Formats: sequence, structure tokens, C-alpha cells
Amino acid sequence: MNKKAIKEEQITISINGIKINGSPGQTILEVALENDIFIPHLCYDPRINIQGACRLCLVEIEGFREAVPSCITKISQGLKIKTDTDHIRNLIKLNLELIVSDHPLDCLTCESCGNCELQDLAYLYDIDQNRFRGEVHPKKVFEDNPFIIRDNEKCILCGRCVRICDNLIGANAIGYAGRGFDCEIIPAFEQSLKDTDCIFCGNCISTCPVGALQAKPYLKKARAWETKKIQTTCPYCGVGCQINLHVKNNKIVNITSDVGKNINKGSLCVKGKFGLDFVHDSKRLTSPLKKRDGKFEKISWTNAMGSISSKLKEIIKNHGPDSIGILSSAKCTNEENFLLSRFARATIGTNNIDHCARLCHASTITGLIPTFGSGAMTNSFEDIKDSDAVIVIGSNTTEAHPVISYELINQVIEHNLKLIVIDPRKIPLTKYAYIHLQQKPGTDIAVLLGLMNVIYENDLHDTEYIDKRTENFENFINSFKEYSPEKVEQLSGVIKDDLIEAAKVYGSAKTASIFYSMGITQHTCGTENVISVANLAMMGGNVGKKGGGVNPLRGQNNVQGACDLGALPNVYSGYQYVEDNEIREKFEKEWGKKLPPKKGLTVTEMIDGALSGKIKVLYIMGENPMLSDPDILHVAQGLKNLDLLVVQDIFITETGEFADFILPSACFAEKNGTFTNTDRRIQRVNKALNPPGEAMEDWKIICRLSEKLGYNMGYSSVSEIMDEIAKVTPIYAGINYKRLNASPLQWPCTGKDHPGTDILHAKNFARGKGRFMPVEFSLPAENPDKKYPYILTTGRILYHFHTRTMTGKSEFLNLIAPMALAHINEEDGRDLNIKDGEKIRLETRRGKIEAVAKVDGNIKKGVVFIPFHFAESPANKLTNPVLDPKAKIPEYKACAVSISKV
Amino acid sequence: MGCLVRVKDLPKYALKDWEVGKVKEIISKYKNDKNSVIPVLREIQQSIGFLPIDVQRMVADKLKVPEKDIYGVVTFYSFFSMVPKGKYDIRVCMGTACYVKGGGKILSKIKKELGIEPGQTTRNRKYSLQINRCLGACGIAPVVVVNDKILQKVNPKKIMDIIYSYD
Ligand code: SF4
Ligand code: SF4
Ligand code: SF4
Ligand code: FES
Ligand code: FES
Repeated sequence: MNKKAIKEEQITISINGIKINGSPGQTILEVALENDIFIPHLCYDPRINIQGACRLCLVEIEGFREAVPSCITKISQGLKIKTDTDHIRNLIKLNLELIVSDHPLDCLTCESCGNCELQDLAYLYDIDQNRFRGEVHPKKVFEDNPFIIRDNEKCILCGRCVRICDNLIGANAIGYAGRGFDCEIIPAFEQSLKDTDCIFCGNCISTCPVGALQAKPYLKKARAWETKKIQTTCPYCGVGCQINLHVKNNKIVNITSDVGKNINKGSLCVKGKFGLDFVHDSKRLTSPLKKRDGKFEKISWTNAMGSISSKLKEIIKNHGPDSIGILSSAKCTNEENFLLSRFARATIGTNNIDHCARLCHASTITGLIPTFGSGAMTNSFEDIKDSDAVIVIGSNTTEAHPVISYELINQVIEHNLKLIVIDPRKIPLTKYAYIHLQQKPGTDIAVLLGLMNVIYENDLHDTEYIDKRTENFENFINSFKEYSPEKVEQLSGVIKDDLIEAAKVYGSAKTASIFYSMGITQHTCGTENVISVANLAMMGGNVGKKGGGVNPLRGQNNVQGACDLGALPNVYSGYQYVEDNEIREKFEKEWGKKLPPKKGLTVTEMIDGALSGKIKVLYIMGENPMLSDPDILHVAQGLKNLDLLVVQDIFITETGEFADFILPSACFAEKNGTFTNTDRRIQRVNKALNPPGEAMEDWKIICRLSEKLGYNMGYSSVSEIMDEIAKVTPIYAGINYKRLNASPLQWPCTGKDHPGTDILHAKNFARGKGRFMPVEFSLPAENPDKKYPYILTTGRILYHFHTRTMTGKSEFLNLIAPMALAHINEEDGRDLNIKDGEKIRLETRRGKIEAVAKVDGNIKKGVVFIPFHFAESPANKLTNPVLDPKAKIPEYKACAVSISKV
Repeated sequence: MGCLVRVKDLPKYALKDWEVGKVKEIISKYKNDKNSVIPVLREIQQSIGFLPIDVQRMVADKLKVPEKDIYGVVTFYSFFSMVPKGKYDIRVCMGTACYVKGGGKILSKIKKELGIEPGQTTRNRKYSLQINRCLGACGIAPVVVVNDKILQKVNPKKIMDIIYSYD
């Protein structure tokens, strides 16, 4: 179980006479399970350290007098092991009988029947339930929360749920109480889980070997054997967890994940586990809609396609193809993004195609391309276990990428990882941080320069690496020289000793990585922020090795894929420039069409174009710029100004309201395809359900419309689209469905035999040498003043996703997080006489909104945070649409605001 | 333990000012020291006589230990109690002799009158109620003990008057 095990040398043991190889550090149980040799076990979960409590995993080892628990015994060269001897069988049987004697054998009505480890073992070992029939202890049932039922009468006290909650999730929501026969597992004081730090991840359910823990929303829906189980990829965040949809009668009746397998090892978050009820929402679109006299009415596909295509033809004829703008979607599959890019470029003839990555991570690309040569997460998710230190900056990982935060927390608790959190808020991860640097929003560069300065002054930079692998370091040194800890404290509010300590931890770690997200990218200086992160990583010699790297966490499930597949105005799939003649010719040949030679407009430019009249049509697939873009009033005016707005989506969104036509699309559970997650991992999306009514897969809609416009793309399945992607996209060249069905692949994967790439820049940087680039610290575009004395910053919360198109439809998620809470500091609350739960008004130069105040010590004085998910309190009415000049990404993370009580 | 009342639904006892002060004083001695959970709890138990939820929360917060772990310790050791002793601690003997002579009636009378079950304390923290095994004084059954006063041959009709007369 030692995760830092070195894989090279092998240990050979024999189990029941069969020779088997394992790696040093593995336990007998792990090796046996890997090789499909059955050993019973009830307290083992591969996600956490071993406890060795149930004593069911007993085996005999030659030369040992007594049977040993295989889960805590490490393998060593030449061990001869026997698993199922008579002696062992009797011991196990006795243990099982004791457990069963205090267990209510409610199998007839138990939700876990058919899916219960105890039931399976009782069957296998022929347990006579009456032998020890003792007193079954009456225990409590806890169900006063929307998600989880705990029936302690069925609990066998294996302790797995407590350890998962403590050592993986870090929520410490449940624990043991009482002792002896009265011992039970409960939340502190038997209060509701809602009053604990429980994040309703459901992972305690996933580990429970019996029926003691149940997912409330999925109760009494189906027996285990009545359902079809389809593995697919979660549609929410960029982690790309693998989920199993359990389907009965075209309905999802349960959601699970295979423990120990796939990227997420069976762990999920509340959205993946409980937030998919939008799929069956009654407001799903079931037929095409056309707006007539301000109202939507149903029309047929034939009519819709006919009207849209003739309108498009007319506008192309009168105003040229560049009067059309196309927005692709980070929620749709790779194949669909590729197709929409082809649709824009070949069918319509414009490069005006973009998607919302612009709003999140464009600065990652503009920052990492000049420094490293590639704008993606450099390392893999699995690498976290190989890091000695990790910096998390500008990422509230627990809420935005929950499963990654589990891994970080687990490594801190069980494997001594040193975690440094740099964030203006006390985010949940700070509880596990070795140091928390709490900077003012918008001062990240100062902090990063300060770290580099201390590292340099203390000689902790990796000179050998810098010499061999990078360039321009000498010129770079001056850029951080003046950022002494004192000066940084003045600029950012970060205490100087903390800064020094953090620099020492990062600088002296053998391997250290940096994770960042929108807290870094969504600033006018987003590009410089990213470059600073890259500079810091190179100084530590941390790029290109296991456990190191610069790891931008991508927000949406397929934002990586949408970028990779060319839903960007300047590149085709695989970041191949449209303005490069050779490349354009390659695509022209493949697509049999002349393609436009000049790069197109970005999302923000398209909206401006709509306002100025340059853009006549917007064709939007699965995006909702009405909530996600900065300054949405501006967006609304733009949309109203269009001659034609077509929206393909699963619901009528805020943007859809403005549309002339809405086309109903299939959601992730109703289609085949692939998503590429944040660590460049291409994973299958598998169809589990039929779409409602006449809703259709996005790729089919695009094909059909293209045909109507006189350009037949000629695909009959998504797998054919992937084959074409492979043909024209070097970084995806080795990808096909046959390989993906066996296991995911990480790009670059340049050929059929290429195994994929888990670490970028391993030998050389993608651009040859890593380049140090000096950056200047500058204050955010808008700073607090008399009229607007506070700094506003925005972000996401765990229970919702993006513009709530999906999570807003989830009954359960909304029970927990029904409204927007504005987080303000307790001292500010006192000054303004605002108490927790009171209604407040936030006002900026652009607009005002109302929200409910959450007053606590978790946020820095002078700063307000609000989530951007809620239409009732649209944060982006307030935010400043000033753009990063290079990445054109808006400054969501800092602007000046005033607060008043309503 | 057939009693399935939820802990959070038990009566809340207001802490007196001196008790709050005492608790704070004890906790501050050990601030931020995760390893001193048991000594802290023991000192508080000894000085104020019980460990209500609010106090456990304070300990959890200041020692930076999850609440559930504090609660786990408090419920594990029988030395700790979450219910304060009343100013008058009433113990009713339910040994065979006392029971036969009307101990049961006495108990129900007290329960009804004070509105509490054995093991509980009235909200104003004045009276707590306990059941006792035979006290070895069967000759004077039925027996009730209030603090250190032994009441003999108790008449169920009069028991409350006697108890109230102490205050
Ligand atoms: S749902 Fe998650 S956080 Fe809540 S108790 Fe279970 S494991 Fe802990
Ligand atoms: S609830 Fe389940 S996982 Fe938790 S201790 Fe009981 S049996 Fe084990
Ligand atoms: S939202 Fe992200 S972390 Fe949660 S289950 Fe889905 S992919 Fe995993
Ligand atoms: S699995 Fe080994 S003791 Fe429980
Ligand atoms: S039975 Fe009450 S004193 Fe013996």
C-alpha cells in the first residue's frame, strides 16, 4: 500500500502454488486481488491506509505459526502463501458468524441486497445465522439530510466510512461514539450531517461493505440485478471521474463508481453522485422551437433545419461568412467540438469560433506557450503521490475539483505531503495546509516574485536544471530582485515569515508541483500570473518530472477537449494555426473545401461585433454567455441586436430566451463520444439512455444542418469522427475507439503504438528550452476607492456548476445550496452592521445585485466573494469586463464594490 | 440501552457565567494542543460537573480537533457526562424490597412531577433523578435518597412535598 513504492524491481511470491510477481511495498492482499485470487476482506479500501480490523483476510504463510491478516502483511521475496485451507476457512467462518449474529438479516428489503459484501461472504462460507444468535442491539437511524441515510443496526463497525471521511475527504463529519455493544458511528452530538462539515460526497456510501449507508435519492428505485450498468464520464468538472449509471426503464436509478479503479478510484463528489437528476427533468427540451411574436412554439426538425439554413444562406450571401459567429461548448464531446469547428470553417467559411475557455483559461495558453511551448496540465493526477510539496494557488480545489482535493488531503494526512495554499480566502484545503498565504486579490504576482526572490537568495534554485533545460535566466533575475519579503508583505498583505517559510518548503522539496485555477487566470494580468507560475516551477527544476509540474485545473468537463479540437478562432484541432499555409492546405484537402486564411473573433469580440452590427448571426451550441460572460447587460444588448440567434441546448437557458430557434440536444448520458479531462486524458462517454422526445445528439444536428447548407460531412458514427481527428491532429494521432474502450489515453499520443504521455516536457520542453520571462507586478484594473471601498472576487461553489443549467435542475443540490451567499469578513460585517443571513446589496460601476450575507472569518478583511452561478444574483452584472490584453480574458477576480444593507 | 432519544434533542442547560469562565480558563491552558483532549475534558468535568455540547464545541474549536472526536471521547468514558447533576440529586431505590413496597409508584410520581426520566436533570438544573439497586436498607423500604439525606418508608403522595421542602 506504500504509494511511493518504486516500481522497478519485482518480488516473486507464490499463492496456492502459483508464482506471482508484485512490487516492493505491496501487501499480500493487494497482490492477490490484482491477480484475481480471492481473499475475503471487509475493512480494506484501496483509497486509504490499512487498518487491519476485521481479521477476515487471513492467510497461512509457510514458516509462520499463526495465520496472518494479508492486508497488513507486505510481500517479500519467496513467500509461500496458502489462502483457502480448512484451518483458515474455519477461522474466517467463526469471524463471520460473530458479525452476522448481531446483524438484522433484513436482506429481503435491504437496498444493498445483491450488492453487499457481507451477504456474499455469508453465502460463500455457508453462515448459519442462528449459531450465535444473540441480542441484536437496537441502534439509531439518521436521515435528517437530503442525501445520506445511516442505519446503524446494519453497521458492522468496519470503520471504513470514518476513515474515508477523515483521511480522504478531510471532512471529519462522522466518528465513533459510545463503547462496547453501544458503540455506533454517528456525526458529533448526533446532529444532522447538515450541521457538520460533511460535503455530501457520498464516498462513505461507496466504501460501506453492507447496507448501513444508503443514497437517499436512489432508495427503492430498483434491485441491483434489474439494472443495466453503463460506465461513462461525469459531465461536470475537469477531473473526469468515471461514473456508473445504473439504468432501469430508460431512467437513471443509481450512480456509483468502481472503487479502486480509474482516475478517481471510485471517489466522487456531490455533483457526480447526486447531481445528475437534470437528465430526467421535465423542462428538458423535446422538440425544436421557433420564436414567433416573442413566444416559443414547437416546430418539426425538417422545418427548423429548412428555416435556419435558408436564413444562414441569405445572410452569408448579403454579409459574407464572417458576419457569422459560432460558440462551441466545453460541455459537448470532442467529436462535437471538432465537428463544429469543421462546420464553422468548411461549411460556413469563417474562423469565428470560440468557446468559454476564453473566460477561464485563455491566459493559461498565452502564458504557457511562450514559456513551455504547450498550454496544458504538465503532469498527471496520479503524480500527486510523488510530490513532496504542492502549492495550490487561486484554486478552491475542494469546491471546483473535489476529487483532486481528496488526493491532496489524503497525501497530507497519510503520506506527509507539505501543502502550501495561496488564496485570499480560508478555503477548506487550508485546514490541511502547512502554510496558508492569504494575499489580497490581484496581488499574486507580487507573492510569486517574492517566493522566487527568497528561493534565489537562499540558493534553493536548481542551477543544473536551469543551465541545461532553460534559457534567459540571467536576464530574468532582475525581475524579482526587488521583491523582498518586506515589500511583498506591503503589497499583498502576506506575512513575511510565512512567505519565507513557503519559499523554503517549495525550494527544498525534491519534487514539487503547482496547481492553479481561475484565481490565477481571471485577471487583467492573467497571462503574467501564469508566466510567473511557470517561472517559479522552472526555478525549482520541477517541470518534466514525476510529481512536479505546472498544473492548471480546467473548469468544465471538456474544456480541455474543446480547446484541443479547435473550437478556437486561431487554431484547428491540435493547436495547428489557421494562418499557417501548409496546415491550412492539409485541412482543405481533408475537408474538400477552401478555408478562410485569417484567424477569427473571440467570444468577447463576437459579442462586441453583435453590438456594432458586424456580427449578424450567433450559432451557439451548449453555452450560456448570458450568465457566464462579464457584464451581462452588454451581452443582452448584443444578442438582441442579432438577425439570427440559434441555440442548441438541453434546456431553455438565459441565452436561449433570446434565440430565434432552439434545437433540443441530447445530454451526456444520451450520447457516445469522448471528453478530455484536465490532465489531457481522453475518456469515453457512453450512451446509457435514449434522449427525450425528438432531442438529438449535437453532432447529428450539426451534420444535418451542414448537409442542408450543401456540404455533406458524411459521418455515420462518432468513432469515424475520432478517426478523422486522429488523421489530421498529430497530438491525437494514436487515438481510436478500440484503444479507448480498453483504457483512456493521455495526449500527445502520436501513433497507434504510442502509449500516450503522462508527463509533458520530460526530456525537452515542447518549445525546446523552457524560457524564463520577466513580468511586472501591476495592480488590478480597478481598485477600491471611497465610493467602492471593497474588493469583489467571484468563483464557484461545490454544489453548483457553471451557470446552473444542470445543477439548477437538481432538487437535491438546491436543497443544500438554494441561493447565492456573499461572503464577507466578520470585521467588515461589524463595521457595516451586517449580520450572517441578512440581505445585502452589492454595487459596482456596472450594476447592483442583492444577495444574502455570510459573515465569517474565512475571507480576508476588505474582500467580498460571491459565486457566479445564480441568475437571481448574477455576479457578472458586477464584474469588470476589462480584458487581459494578450489572452482577452476578463477580470472576474477583482473589482471595486460597495456593500450596503437592504 | 433501549433508549433511542437523539442527543441533540436532549434539554440544553444554560451555563452559568462562572462556568463559562472556568471552561475558557481551562481550555486556554492547553490551546492548540491536540494531544490534551482527555486532560482538558477531565478538568472541565471535575470543575463544572458535566460536558454539554457547547463546551465540547469550544474544546474542539480551540484544540483544533474535529467535534466528532471530542464527542467520541466523551461518550467512551463513563467518567464523562453530558448531563449536569441537579442541585438536588434524587435516587430512588428499585431493589426488590423497595419495589414491592411502592418504589415504582414513587418513581412514576417523581417522573411525572419533574418531567424527566431517570438519568436526566430538569432544565433549571435543580433536580436530577437516578435509579438505585438495593441500598442494603430494605428494612426501611421504600427508600429514596436526596443528596446525602436518606428518606425512609416514603409515602408516594408526600414525596414531592418533601423534595420541594429542601429548596
Ligand atoms: S458524505 Fe462524504 S463528507 Fe459526508 S460523511 Fe460521507 S464521506 Fe464524510
Ligand atoms: S457504516 Fe458501513 S462503512 Fe461505516 S463502519 Fe458501518 S459497516 Fe463500515
Ligand atoms: S464534478 Fe468533477 S469531481 Fe465531481 S464527480 Fe464529476 S468529475 Fe468528479
Ligand atoms: S481486510 Fe484485513 S483485517 Fe480487514
Ligand atoms: S430494595 Fe431498596 S434498600 Fe434494598
